[in-house]
Amino acid sequence: MTEARGALPPRPVRGRNRIQWSAYLYLAPALAFYVVFMIRPVVESAWISLFEWDGITPATSVGLANYVEVLTDAKFWTAVSHAMVFILFYAALPILLALVVVGVISRITVRGLAFFRAVLFVPYILSSVVVAIAWRWVYDLNGPANTFLRAIGLDSITCAWLGDFDTALPAVGLDRHLGDVLAGVRPFRQRHPEDLHRPVRGRPTGRRRPGPGVLRGHPARPAGRAAGGAGADDHRRPAQLRHRVEHHRRRPGTSTTVPSYYVYRDAFVTREVGRASTQSVLITVLILAMVGIVMAVMRDRSGAPRQRRRNRAPEQV
Amino acid sequence: MHRNRSESVIGHAILVVGSLMALYPFASILSLAFTPRSERPSGFQIPTHPTLENFAAAWTQGGFGRALFSSAVVALGVVLGSIVLSAIAGYAFATMTFPGKTLLAGFLLIGLVMPYEGLIIPLYYMLGDLGLLNTYWALILPQIATSVSLGVFWMRTAYEGVPRGLLDAAQVDGATRWAAFRKVYLPLSMPAIATLATLLFLFTWNEFLMPLVLVAQNPDVQTAPLALSFFAGNTRNFNASVIAAAAVLVALPVLVLYIFLQRRLITGIVAGAVKE
Repeated sequence: MTEARGALPPRPVRGRNRIQWSAYLYLAPALAFYVVFMIRPVVESAWISLFEWDGITPATSVGLANYVEVLTDAKFWTAVSHAMVFILFYAALPILLALVVVGVISRITVRGLAFFRAVLFVPYILSSVVVAIAWRWVYDLNGPANTFLRAIGLDSITCAWLGDFDTALPAVGLDRHLGDVLAGVRPFRQRHPEDLHRPVRGRPTGRRRPGPGVLRGHPARPAGRAAGGAGADDHRRPAQLRHRVEHHRRRPGTSTTVPSYYVYRDAFVTREVGRASTQSVLITVLILAMVGIVMAVMRDRSGAPRQRRRNRAPEQV
Repeated sequence: MHRNRSESVIGHAILVVGSLMALYPFASILSLAFTPRSERPSGFQIPTHPTLENFAAAWTQGGFGRALFSSAVVALGVVLGSIVLSAIAGYAFATMTFPGKTLLAGFLLIGLVMPYEGLIIPLYYMLGDLGLLNTYWALILPQIATSVSLGVFWMRTAYEGVPRGLLDAAQVDGATRWAAFRKVYLPLSMPAIATLATLLFLFTWNEFLMPLVLVAQNPDVQTAPLALSFFAGNTRNFNASVIAAAAVLVALPVLVLYIFLQRRLITGIVAGAVKE
Protein backbone atom coordinates (compact mmCIF):
# COMPACT_ATOMS: atom_id res chain seq x y z
CA MET A 1 0.00 0.00 0.00
CA THR A 2 2.53 2.63 1.03
CA GLU A 3 5.15 3.62 -1.48
CA ALA A 4 8.66 4.33 -0.35
CA ARG A 5 7.76 7.08 1.96
CA GLY A 6 10.01 6.34 4.86
CA ALA A 7 12.68 8.79 3.88
CA LEU A 8 10.37 11.69 3.30
CA PRO A 9 9.63 14.10 6.11
CA PRO A 10 6.09 13.77 7.34
CA ARG A 11 4.20 15.94 4.93
CA PRO A 12 1.02 17.69 5.88
CA VAL A 13 -1.39 14.84 5.49
CA ARG A 14 -4.54 16.58 4.70
CA GLY A 15 -4.67 19.77 2.81
CA ARG A 16 -7.48 21.35 4.67
CA ASN A 17 -6.37 24.58 3.13
CA ARG A 18 -5.20 23.13 -0.13
CA ILE A 19 -7.63 23.41 -2.97
CA GLN A 20 -8.83 20.12 -4.34
CA TRP A 21 -9.91 20.71 -7.87
CA SER A 22 -11.12 17.15 -8.12
CA ALA A 23 -14.02 18.22 -5.90
CA TYR A 24 -15.76 19.46 -9.02
CA LEU A 25 -15.62 15.99 -10.48
CA TYR A 26 -17.43 14.67 -7.44
CA LEU A 27 -20.02 17.39 -7.71
CA ALA A 28 -20.51 17.29 -11.45
CA PRO A 29 -23.01 14.44 -11.83
CA ALA A 30 -25.35 15.67 -9.10
CA LEU A 31 -25.11 19.27 -10.27
CA ALA A 32 -25.74 18.24 -13.86
CA PHE A 33 -29.03 16.61 -12.92
CA TYR A 34 -29.90 19.49 -10.65
CA VAL A 35 -29.24 22.12 -13.28
CA VAL A 36 -30.87 20.32 -16.20
CA PHE A 37 -34.04 19.10 -14.49
CA MET A 38 -34.49 21.65 -11.73
CA ILE A 39 -32.82 24.99 -12.31
CA ARG A 40 -33.31 25.13 -16.04
CA PRO A 41 -37.07 24.54 -15.86
CA VAL A 42 -37.39 27.17 -13.16
CA VAL A 43 -35.60 29.72 -15.30
CA GLU A 44 -37.60 28.65 -18.30
CA SER A 45 -40.82 29.18 -16.37
CA ALA A 46 -39.82 32.79 -15.95
CA TRP A 47 -39.08 33.01 -19.68
CA ILE A 48 -42.37 31.44 -20.76
CA SER A 49 -44.22 33.77 -18.42
CA LEU A 50 -43.32 36.60 -20.80
CA PHE A 51 -45.27 35.02 -23.63
CA GLU A 52 -48.77 34.30 -24.61
CA TRP A 53 -48.69 30.70 -25.70
CA ASP A 54 -51.13 27.86 -26.14
CA GLY A 55 -48.43 25.20 -26.06
CA ILE A 56 -48.77 24.37 -29.74
CA THR A 57 -48.69 27.32 -32.06
CA PRO A 58 -45.88 29.88 -31.95
CA ALA A 59 -45.84 32.07 -28.91
CA THR A 60 -46.28 35.82 -28.79
CA SER A 61 -44.06 37.92 -26.62
CA VAL A 62 -46.20 40.06 -24.38
CA GLY A 63 -43.69 41.42 -21.91
CA LEU A 64 -45.10 41.69 -18.44
CA ALA A 65 -48.70 41.65 -19.56
CA ASN A 66 -49.27 38.24 -18.01
CA TYR A 67 -48.13 39.57 -14.67
CA VAL A 68 -50.41 42.56 -14.93
CA GLU A 69 -53.27 40.28 -15.85
CA VAL A 70 -52.66 37.82 -13.02
CA LEU A 71 -51.88 40.37 -10.36
CA THR A 72 -55.01 42.35 -11.13
CA ASP A 73 -57.13 39.22 -11.20
CA ALA A 74 -59.20 39.03 -8.05
CA LYS A 75 -59.44 35.28 -8.41
CA PHE A 76 -55.70 34.92 -8.11
CA TRP A 77 -55.60 36.87 -4.89
CA THR A 78 -58.48 34.89 -3.52
CA ALA A 79 -56.53 31.75 -4.28
CA VAL A 80 -53.47 33.18 -2.54
CA SER A 81 -55.54 34.00 0.50
CA HIS A 82 -56.83 30.42 0.54
CA ALA A 83 -53.28 29.17 0.40
CA MET A 84 -52.53 31.33 3.41
CA VAL A 85 -55.41 29.77 5.28
CA PHE A 86 -54.00 26.37 4.45
CA ILE A 87 -50.60 27.40 5.67
CA LEU A 88 -52.22 28.48 8.88
CA PHE A 89 -53.87 25.12 9.28
CA TYR A 90 -51.07 22.99 7.95
CA ALA A 91 -48.13 24.74 9.53
CA ALA A 92 -48.94 27.26 12.22
CA LEU A 93 -51.73 25.45 14.01
CA PRO A 94 -50.02 22.04 14.19
CA ILE A 95 -46.86 23.65 15.52
CA LEU A 96 -48.83 25.45 18.17
CA LEU A 97 -50.67 22.28 19.06
CA ALA A 98 -47.43 20.34 19.08
CA LEU A 99 -45.89 22.76 21.52
CA VAL A 100 -48.83 22.51 23.88
CA VAL A 101 -48.92 18.73 23.78
CA VAL A 102 -45.18 18.38 24.12
CA GLY A 103 -45.43 20.72 27.06
CA VAL A 104 -47.98 18.47 28.70
CA ILE A 105 -46.39 15.13 28.03
CA SER A 106 -42.85 16.19 28.75
CA ARG A 107 -43.88 16.51 32.37
CA ILE A 108 -44.92 12.89 32.65
CA THR A 109 -43.50 9.49 31.91
CA VAL A 110 -45.27 8.30 28.83
CA ARG A 111 -45.96 4.63 28.66
CA GLY A 112 -45.52 3.28 25.15
CA LEU A 113 -44.02 6.43 23.74
CA ALA A 114 -42.58 4.56 20.76
CA PHE A 115 -46.00 3.15 19.99
CA PHE A 116 -47.72 6.52 20.10
CA ARG A 117 -45.02 8.03 18.00
CA ALA A 118 -45.38 5.36 15.35
CA VAL A 119 -49.16 5.65 15.28
CA LEU A 120 -49.19 9.43 15.13
CA PHE A 121 -47.02 9.34 12.05
CA VAL A 122 -49.30 7.07 10.06
CA PRO A 123 -51.27 9.80 8.27
CA TYR A 124 -48.03 11.42 7.33
CA ILE A 125 -46.63 8.46 5.43
CA LEU A 126 -49.79 7.64 3.53
CA SER A 127 -50.26 8.93 0.03
CA SER A 128 -52.35 12.08 -0.06
CA VAL A 129 -54.72 10.34 -2.43
CA VAL A 130 -55.38 7.62 0.13
CA VAL A 131 -55.85 10.18 2.87
CA ALA A 132 -58.19 12.15 0.65
CA ILE A 133 -60.28 9.08 -0.13
CA ALA A 134 -60.48 8.25 3.54
CA TRP A 135 -61.67 11.70 4.47
CA ARG A 136 -64.08 11.83 1.60
CA TRP A 137 -65.67 8.75 3.06
CA VAL A 138 -65.64 10.05 6.61
CA TYR A 139 -67.40 13.22 5.47
CA ASP A 140 -69.71 11.47 3.06
CA LEU A 141 -73.37 12.28 3.41
CA ASN A 142 -73.84 8.75 4.74
CA GLY A 143 -70.38 8.53 6.19
CA PRO A 144 -69.22 8.16 9.77
CA ALA A 145 -69.21 11.84 10.63
CA ASN A 146 -72.90 12.23 9.94
CA THR A 147 -73.74 8.79 11.30
CA PHE A 148 -72.14 9.80 14.54
CA LEU A 149 -74.00 13.08 14.69
CA ARG A 150 -77.30 11.33 14.03
CA ALA A 151 -76.50 8.77 16.68
CA ILE A 152 -76.10 11.43 19.30
CA GLY A 153 -79.19 13.24 18.15
CA LEU A 154 -77.64 16.09 16.28
CA ASP A 155 -79.34 15.43 12.96
CA SER A 156 -79.79 19.12 12.51
CA ILE A 157 -76.13 19.81 11.89
CA THR A 158 -75.38 16.93 9.57
CA CYS A 159 -74.34 18.15 6.17
CA ALA A 160 -72.22 17.48 3.15
CA TRP A 161 -69.10 18.42 5.02
CA LEU A 162 -66.86 18.80 2.04
CA GLY A 163 -69.25 21.35 0.66
CA ASP A 164 -68.30 23.51 3.56
CA PHE A 165 -64.89 25.05 3.54
CA ASP A 166 -64.88 25.63 7.27
CA THR A 167 -65.73 22.12 8.37
CA ALA A 168 -63.52 19.98 6.19
CA LEU A 169 -60.36 21.92 6.54
CA PRO A 170 -59.50 21.83 10.23
CA ALA A 171 -60.11 18.14 10.54
CA VAL A 172 -57.96 17.27 7.57
CA GLY A 173 -55.24 19.58 8.73
CA LEU A 174 -55.29 18.10 12.19
CA ASP A 175 -55.20 14.57 10.95
CA ARG A 176 -52.33 15.11 8.63
CA HIS A 177 -50.17 16.77 11.18
CA LEU A 178 -50.73 15.13 14.47
CA GLY A 179 -47.59 13.21 13.76
CA ASP A 180 -45.72 16.38 14.42
CA VAL A 181 -46.93 16.48 17.93
CA LEU A 182 -44.31 14.13 19.24
CA ALA A 183 -41.73 15.08 16.71
CA GLY A 184 -41.71 18.56 18.09
CA VAL A 185 -41.70 21.55 15.90
CA ARG A 186 -41.10 20.92 12.27
CA PRO A 187 -39.91 23.71 10.07
CA PHE A 188 -41.28 24.67 6.74
CA ARG A 189 -42.68 21.95 4.59
CA GLN A 190 -41.56 21.84 1.08
CA ARG A 191 -42.22 18.69 -0.71
CA HIS A 192 -45.87 18.07 -0.18
CA PRO A 193 -47.09 21.41 0.96
CA GLU A 194 -50.18 21.31 -1.12
CA ASP A 195 -50.63 17.76 -2.07
CA LEU A 196 -54.01 17.57 -0.47
CA HIS A 197 -55.17 20.22 -2.80
CA ARG A 198 -53.15 19.32 -5.79
CA PRO A 199 -54.93 19.93 -9.00
CA VAL A 200 -56.41 17.61 -11.49
CA ARG A 201 -55.11 15.70 -14.44
CA GLY A 202 -54.77 17.21 -17.81
CA ARG A 203 -54.40 16.09 -21.33
CA PRO A 204 -51.02 17.37 -22.26
CA THR A 205 -50.35 17.36 -25.97
CA GLY A 206 -48.27 20.44 -26.58
CA ARG A 207 -45.21 20.57 -28.76
CA ARG A 208 -43.13 23.65 -28.97
CA ARG A 209 -41.74 26.14 -26.58
CA PRO A 210 -42.17 29.82 -27.22
CA GLY A 211 -39.78 31.25 -29.72
CA PRO A 212 -39.97 34.52 -31.51
CA GLY A 213 -43.54 33.90 -32.42
CA VAL A 214 -46.12 35.72 -34.40
CA LEU A 215 -49.69 35.10 -33.55
CA ARG A 216 -51.48 32.90 -31.21
CA GLY A 217 -53.76 30.43 -32.84
CA HIS A 218 -56.62 30.29 -30.39
CA PRO A 219 -58.61 32.90 -28.66
CA ALA A 220 -58.75 32.62 -24.94
CA ARG A 221 -60.78 29.67 -23.83
CA PRO A 222 -64.23 30.37 -22.53
CA ALA A 223 -64.17 31.07 -18.86
CA GLY A 224 -66.90 28.57 -18.20
CA ARG A 225 -64.53 25.80 -18.90
CA ALA A 226 -62.21 26.92 -16.23
CA ALA A 227 -64.71 26.42 -13.49
CA GLY A 228 -64.45 22.70 -13.41
CA GLY A 229 -63.47 21.36 -16.75
CA ALA A 230 -66.84 21.34 -18.45
CA GLY A 231 -65.27 21.46 -21.87
CA ALA A 232 -67.56 20.10 -24.54
CA ASP A 233 -64.70 18.77 -26.61
CA ASP A 234 -63.49 16.70 -23.78
CA HIS A 235 -65.59 13.65 -23.52
CA ARG A 236 -64.22 11.92 -20.49
CA ARG A 237 -63.11 14.77 -18.37
CA PRO A 238 -65.98 16.78 -16.91
CA ALA A 239 -67.36 14.74 -14.09
CA GLN A 240 -64.07 13.11 -13.47
CA LEU A 241 -62.30 16.37 -13.32
CA ARG A 242 -64.66 18.06 -11.00
CA HIS A 243 -64.69 15.08 -8.82
CA ARG A 244 -60.97 14.95 -8.65
CA VAL A 245 -60.75 18.59 -7.84
CA GLU A 246 -62.88 17.85 -4.87
CA HIS A 247 -61.06 14.84 -3.85
CA HIS A 248 -57.65 16.33 -3.94
CA ARG A 249 -58.51 19.73 -2.76
CA ARG A 250 -61.12 18.39 -0.41
CA ARG A 251 -63.63 21.03 -1.32
CA PRO A 252 -65.93 21.84 -4.15
CA GLY A 253 -66.10 24.35 -6.90
CA THR A 254 -63.73 27.23 -7.32
CA SER A 255 -64.63 28.96 -4.11
CA THR A 256 -61.57 27.58 -2.38
CA THR A 257 -58.95 27.17 -5.08
CA VAL A 258 -55.27 27.66 -4.40
CA PRO A 259 -52.77 29.17 -6.84
CA SER A 260 -51.17 25.87 -7.80
CA TYR A 261 -54.53 24.71 -9.05
CA TYR A 262 -54.59 27.58 -11.52
CA VAL A 263 -51.09 26.71 -12.64
CA TYR A 264 -52.21 23.23 -13.49
CA ARG A 265 -55.47 24.26 -15.06
CA ASP A 266 -54.03 27.01 -17.20
CA ALA A 267 -51.07 24.96 -18.34
CA PHE A 268 -52.67 21.63 -19.07
CA VAL A 269 -56.40 22.14 -19.29
CA THR A 270 -57.12 25.53 -20.77
CA ARG A 271 -53.64 25.79 -22.27
CA GLU A 272 -52.79 29.34 -21.43
CA VAL A 273 -49.24 28.31 -20.81
CA GLY A 274 -47.81 31.80 -20.46
CA ARG A 275 -50.34 32.73 -17.85
CA ALA A 276 -49.78 29.45 -16.04
CA SER A 277 -46.05 30.06 -15.98
CA THR A 278 -46.63 33.53 -14.63
CA GLN A 279 -48.55 32.09 -11.74
CA SER A 280 -45.95 29.41 -11.15
CA VAL A 281 -43.27 32.09 -10.98
CA LEU A 282 -45.36 34.08 -8.52
CA ILE A 283 -45.92 30.99 -6.37
CA THR A 284 -42.21 30.26 -6.39
CA VAL A 285 -41.34 33.80 -5.40
CA LEU A 286 -43.95 33.75 -2.67
CA ILE A 287 -42.71 30.48 -1.25
CA LEU A 288 -39.06 31.47 -1.40
CA ALA A 289 -39.92 34.73 0.31
CA MET A 290 -41.79 32.96 3.08
CA VAL A 291 -38.98 30.48 3.57
CA GLY A 292 -36.60 33.39 3.73
CA ILE A 293 -38.70 35.03 6.41
CA VAL A 294 -38.97 31.84 8.43
CA MET A 295 -35.24 31.27 8.22
CA ALA A 296 -34.46 34.83 9.15
CA VAL A 297 -36.73 34.63 12.17
CA MET A 298 -35.20 31.33 13.24
CA ARG A 299 -31.72 32.72 12.88
CA ASP A 300 -32.56 35.73 15.01
CA ARG A 301 -34.02 33.56 17.69
CA SER A 302 -31.39 30.92 17.99
CA GLY A 303 -28.12 31.72 16.34
CA ALA A 304 -27.53 29.80 13.15
CA PRO A 305 -29.98 26.94 13.10
CA ARG A 306 -28.91 25.60 9.78
CA GLN A 307 -25.40 25.25 11.01
CA ARG A 308 -26.48 23.26 13.97
CA ARG A 309 -28.68 21.00 11.99
CA ARG A 310 -25.91 20.22 9.62
CA ASN A 311 -23.59 19.18 12.38
CA ARG A 312 -26.02 16.69 13.73
CA ALA A 313 -25.69 13.24 12.32
CA PRO A 314 -29.05 12.04 11.02
CA GLU A 315 -28.85 8.87 13.02
CA GLN A 316 -28.55 10.46 16.40
CA VAL A 317 -31.89 12.07 16.59
CA MET B 1 -41.03 11.96 37.11
CA HIS B 2 -44.48 11.24 38.44
CA ARG B 3 -45.17 14.72 39.60
CA ASN B 4 -48.82 14.39 39.50
CA ARG B 5 -51.20 11.62 38.77
CA SER B 6 -53.78 13.69 36.96
CA GLU B 7 -51.15 15.20 34.71
CA SER B 8 -50.15 11.74 33.69
CA VAL B 9 -53.73 10.76 32.98
CA ILE B 10 -54.35 13.89 30.92
CA GLY B 11 -51.16 13.40 28.98
CA HIS B 12 -52.02 9.84 28.10
CA ALA B 13 -55.56 10.80 27.25
CA ILE B 14 -54.27 13.37 24.78
CA LEU B 15 -52.04 10.77 23.21
CA VAL B 16 -54.83 8.24 22.94
CA VAL B 17 -57.20 10.75 21.39
CA GLY B 18 -54.50 11.88 18.98
CA SER B 19 -53.73 8.31 17.99
CA LEU B 20 -57.38 7.59 17.38
CA MET B 21 -57.67 10.65 15.20
CA ALA B 22 -54.56 9.67 13.29
CA LEU B 23 -55.72 6.14 12.70
CA TYR B 24 -59.43 6.63 12.30
CA PRO B 25 -59.62 7.69 8.65
CA PHE B 26 -57.56 4.77 7.50
CA ALA B 27 -59.31 2.38 9.85
CA SER B 28 -62.66 3.55 8.48
CA ILE B 29 -61.76 2.78 4.87
CA LEU B 30 -60.17 -0.45 5.97
CA SER B 31 -63.43 -1.49 7.57
CA LEU B 32 -65.35 -0.20 4.55
CA ALA B 33 -63.14 -2.22 2.22
CA PHE B 34 -64.01 -5.43 4.04
CA THR B 35 -67.73 -4.67 4.14
CA PRO B 36 -69.82 -6.51 1.58
CA ARG B 37 -71.24 -4.20 -1.05
CA SER B 38 -74.76 -5.12 -0.10
CA GLU B 39 -74.39 -3.80 3.43
CA ARG B 40 -74.47 -0.24 4.51
CA PRO B 41 -71.54 0.35 6.81
CA SER B 42 -71.81 2.77 9.66
CA GLY B 43 -68.13 3.46 9.93
CA PHE B 44 -67.97 2.57 13.59
CA GLN B 45 -67.99 -1.17 13.64
CA ILE B 46 -65.91 -4.06 12.47
CA PRO B 47 -67.60 -5.71 9.49
CA THR B 48 -69.68 -8.66 10.63
CA HIS B 49 -69.25 -10.55 7.39
CA PRO B 50 -65.79 -9.59 6.18
CA THR B 51 -65.24 -10.16 2.50
CA LEU B 52 -62.43 -9.84 0.01
CA GLU B 53 -64.73 -9.21 -2.93
CA ASN B 54 -64.00 -5.49 -2.95
CA PHE B 55 -60.29 -6.09 -3.17
CA ALA B 56 -60.77 -8.52 -6.02
CA ALA B 57 -62.97 -6.04 -7.85
CA ALA B 58 -60.56 -3.15 -7.32
CA TRP B 59 -57.59 -5.25 -8.37
CA THR B 60 -59.14 -6.42 -11.61
CA GLN B 61 -60.90 -3.17 -12.55
CA GLY B 62 -58.17 -0.78 -11.57
CA GLY B 63 -55.10 -2.53 -12.86
CA PHE B 64 -53.34 -1.92 -9.59
CA GLY B 65 -50.85 -4.72 -10.09
CA ARG B 66 -49.33 -2.77 -12.94
CA ALA B 67 -49.56 0.53 -11.08
CA LEU B 68 -47.82 -0.87 -8.01
CA PHE B 69 -45.10 -2.29 -10.23
CA SER B 70 -44.65 1.09 -11.94
CA SER B 71 -44.42 2.82 -8.59
CA ALA B 72 -41.77 0.35 -7.50
CA VAL B 73 -39.74 0.84 -10.68
CA VAL B 74 -39.87 4.62 -10.41
CA ALA B 75 -39.16 4.69 -6.69
CA LEU B 76 -36.22 2.32 -6.97
CA GLY B 77 -34.80 4.25 -9.90
CA VAL B 78 -35.07 7.55 -8.08
CA VAL B 79 -33.66 6.15 -4.85
CA LEU B 80 -30.68 4.48 -6.52
CA GLY B 81 -29.87 7.43 -8.75
CA SER B 82 -30.20 10.05 -6.02
CA ILE B 83 -28.19 8.08 -3.50
CA VAL B 84 -25.28 7.48 -5.85
CA LEU B 85 -25.14 11.13 -6.93
CA SER B 86 -25.67 12.48 -3.41
CA ALA B 87 -23.16 10.17 -1.78
CA ILE B 88 -20.45 11.32 -4.17
CA ALA B 89 -21.28 15.02 -4.15
CA GLY B 90 -21.79 15.13 -0.39
CA TYR B 91 -18.29 13.76 0.04
CA ALA B 92 -16.82 16.75 -1.78
CA PHE B 93 -18.77 19.14 0.41
CA ALA B 94 -17.79 17.37 3.60
CA THR B 95 -14.10 16.75 3.06
CA MET B 96 -12.70 18.98 0.34
CA THR B 97 -11.72 22.59 -0.06
CA PHE B 98 -12.52 24.25 -3.32
CA PRO B 99 -13.45 27.69 -4.59
CA GLY B 100 -17.15 28.45 -4.65
CA LYS B 101 -18.02 25.85 -2.03
CA THR B 102 -20.35 28.10 -0.07
CA LEU B 103 -21.87 29.43 -3.24
CA LEU B 104 -22.55 25.98 -4.62
CA ALA B 105 -24.01 24.84 -1.32
CA GLY B 106 -26.34 27.82 -1.39
CA PHE B 107 -27.22 27.06 -4.98
CA LEU B 108 -28.16 23.49 -4.02
CA LEU B 109 -30.08 24.74 -1.01
CA ILE B 110 -32.59 26.42 -3.32
CA GLY B 111 -33.69 22.96 -4.36
CA LEU B 112 -34.86 22.22 -0.83
CA VAL B 113 -37.59 24.80 -1.00
CA MET B 114 -38.43 24.92 -4.69
CA PRO B 115 -42.08 24.08 -5.28
CA TYR B 116 -42.76 21.64 -8.09
CA GLU B 117 -45.24 24.10 -9.53
CA GLY B 118 -42.29 26.27 -10.44
CA LEU B 119 -40.75 23.76 -12.79
CA ILE B 120 -43.45 21.40 -13.93
CA ILE B 121 -44.50 23.32 -17.04
CA PRO B 122 -41.11 23.59 -18.79
CA LEU B 123 -40.31 20.10 -17.56
CA TYR B 124 -43.31 18.83 -19.43
CA TYR B 125 -42.29 20.43 -22.70
CA MET B 126 -38.66 19.50 -22.26
CA LEU B 127 -39.44 15.84 -21.67
CA GLY B 128 -41.80 16.00 -24.60
CA ASP B 129 -38.98 17.21 -26.83
CA LEU B 130 -36.82 14.38 -25.59
CA GLY B 131 -39.59 11.93 -26.36
CA LEU B 132 -39.67 10.80 -22.74
CA LEU B 133 -43.20 11.80 -21.79
CA ASN B 134 -45.27 8.86 -20.57
CA THR B 135 -42.20 6.75 -19.89
CA TYR B 136 -40.55 5.80 -16.61
CA TRP B 137 -37.73 8.22 -17.42
CA ALA B 138 -40.13 11.13 -17.28
CA LEU B 139 -40.61 10.40 -13.60
CA ILE B 140 -37.18 9.11 -12.66
CA LEU B 141 -34.91 11.80 -14.11
CA PRO B 142 -36.64 14.91 -12.70
CA GLN B 143 -37.20 13.33 -9.32
CA ILE B 144 -33.54 12.47 -9.04
CA ALA B 145 -32.87 16.14 -9.68
CA THR B 146 -35.34 17.23 -7.03
CA SER B 147 -33.91 14.74 -4.55
CA VAL B 148 -30.23 15.56 -4.79
CA SER B 149 -30.54 18.73 -2.74
CA LEU B 150 -31.79 16.82 0.25
CA GLY B 151 -29.45 13.94 -0.53
CA VAL B 152 -26.30 16.00 -0.75
CA PHE B 153 -26.92 17.83 2.50
CA TRP B 154 -27.95 14.64 4.18
CA MET B 155 -24.78 12.83 3.12
CA ARG B 156 -22.62 15.78 3.99
CA THR B 157 -24.02 15.69 7.50
CA ALA B 158 -23.36 11.99 7.72
CA TYR B 159 -19.78 12.34 6.50
CA GLU B 160 -19.13 15.12 8.94
CA GLY B 161 -19.92 12.63 11.66
CA VAL B 162 -16.98 10.52 10.51
CA PRO B 163 -13.87 11.47 12.52
CA ARG B 164 -11.39 13.42 10.39
CA GLY B 165 -8.67 11.27 11.89
CA LEU B 166 -9.88 8.35 9.82
CA LEU B 167 -9.37 10.27 6.61
CA ASP B 168 -5.91 11.31 7.77
CA ALA B 169 -5.09 7.73 8.65
CA ALA B 170 -6.30 6.47 5.30
CA GLN B 171 -4.22 9.05 3.51
CA VAL B 172 -1.15 8.25 5.54
CA ASP B 173 -1.66 4.72 4.34
CA GLY B 174 -1.62 6.02 0.82
CA ALA B 175 -5.29 5.89 0.08
CA THR B 176 -6.52 8.27 -2.55
CA ARG B 177 -9.51 10.52 -1.91
CA TRP B 178 -11.67 8.15 -3.84
CA ALA B 179 -10.37 5.11 -1.97
CA ALA B 180 -10.99 6.85 1.35
CA PHE B 181 -14.51 7.54 0.17
CA ARG B 182 -15.15 3.95 -0.85
CA LYS B 183 -13.40 2.20 2.02
CA VAL B 184 -13.96 4.57 4.94
CA TYR B 185 -16.74 7.09 4.42
CA LEU B 186 -19.23 5.01 2.53
CA PRO B 187 -19.25 2.00 4.86
CA LEU B 188 -19.47 4.21 7.94
CA SER B 189 -22.38 6.13 6.46
CA MET B 190 -24.52 3.14 5.63
CA PRO B 191 -27.11 3.82 8.35
CA ALA B 192 -27.58 7.36 7.08
CA ILE B 193 -27.85 6.08 3.53
CA ALA B 194 -30.48 3.57 4.56
CA THR B 195 -32.57 6.27 6.20
CA LEU B 196 -32.20 8.55 3.22
CA ALA B 197 -33.19 5.72 0.90
CA THR B 198 -36.30 5.02 2.94
CA LEU B 199 -37.32 8.67 2.95
CA LEU B 200 -36.77 9.12 -0.76
CA PHE B 201 -38.66 5.94 -1.45
CA LEU B 202 -41.61 7.25 0.51
CA PHE B 203 -41.59 10.66 -1.15
CA THR B 204 -41.32 9.20 -4.61
CA TRP B 205 -43.98 6.62 -3.97
CA ASN B 206 -46.44 9.24 -2.78
CA GLU B 207 -45.60 11.94 -5.31
CA PHE B 208 -48.67 13.00 -7.19
CA LEU B 209 -48.15 16.11 -9.31
CA MET B 210 -45.29 14.74 -11.43
CA PRO B 211 -47.03 11.54 -12.52
CA LEU B 212 -50.22 13.51 -13.01
CA VAL B 213 -48.61 15.80 -15.53
CA LEU B 214 -45.87 13.66 -17.00
CA VAL B 215 -47.30 10.17 -17.47
CA ALA B 216 -51.07 10.62 -17.31
CA GLN B 217 -51.53 9.22 -20.81
CA ASN B 218 -49.87 5.90 -20.37
CA PRO B 219 -51.63 3.43 -18.06
CA ASP B 220 -48.56 1.21 -18.18
CA VAL B 221 -46.46 3.81 -16.43
CA GLN B 222 -48.99 5.39 -14.08
CA THR B 223 -47.92 5.17 -10.48
CA ALA B 224 -50.17 3.77 -7.79
CA PRO B 225 -51.47 7.05 -6.32
CA LEU B 226 -52.25 8.34 -9.81
CA ALA B 227 -54.01 5.12 -10.80
CA LEU B 228 -55.94 5.28 -7.55
CA SER B 229 -56.94 8.85 -8.25
CA PHE B 230 -58.18 7.96 -11.74
CA PHE B 231 -59.91 4.91 -10.40
CA ALA B 232 -61.72 6.83 -7.70
CA GLY B 233 -62.63 9.47 -10.26
CA ASN B 234 -63.86 7.10 -12.93
CA THR B 235 -65.92 4.96 -10.68
CA ARG B 236 -67.86 7.54 -8.86
CA ASN B 237 -71.04 5.61 -9.31
CA PHE B 238 -69.43 2.44 -8.14
CA ASN B 239 -69.55 1.28 -4.62
CA ALA B 240 -67.54 3.22 -2.09
CA SER B 241 -66.32 -0.09 -0.72
CA VAL B 242 -64.43 -0.88 -3.92
CA ILE B 243 -62.72 2.50 -3.90
CA ALA B 244 -61.84 1.99 -0.26
CA ALA B 245 -60.35 -1.39 -1.12
CA ALA B 246 -58.31 0.22 -3.89
CA ALA B 247 -57.03 2.85 -1.47
CA VAL B 248 -56.01 0.13 0.97
CA LEU B 249 -54.19 -1.72 -1.80
CA VAL B 250 -52.22 1.37 -2.70
CA ALA B 251 -51.41 2.17 0.92
CA LEU B 252 -50.38 -1.35 1.78
CA PRO B 253 -46.78 -1.39 0.47
CA VAL B 254 -46.00 1.85 2.24
CA LEU B 255 -47.62 0.63 5.45
CA VAL B 256 -45.66 -2.61 5.37
CA LEU B 257 -42.46 -0.69 4.79
CA TYR B 258 -43.41 1.61 7.63
CA ILE B 259 -44.07 -1.19 10.06
CA PHE B 260 -40.60 -2.59 9.47
CA LEU B 261 -38.74 0.66 9.22
CA GLN B 262 -40.78 3.06 11.33
CA ARG B 263 -38.04 3.95 13.74
CA ARG B 264 -35.72 4.78 10.87
CA LEU B 265 -38.40 6.73 9.04
CA ILE B 266 -39.47 8.82 11.97
CA THR B 267 -35.89 9.65 12.83
CA GLY B 268 -35.34 10.55 9.23
CA ILE B 269 -38.40 12.72 8.88
CA VAL B 270 -37.53 14.58 12.03
CA ALA B 271 -33.84 14.94 11.19
CA GLY B 272 -34.50 15.87 7.60
CA ALA B 273 -37.08 18.39 8.54
CA VAL B 274 -35.49 20.89 6.21
CA LYS B 275 -37.20 19.10 3.40
CA GLU B 276 -39.59 16.30 3.66
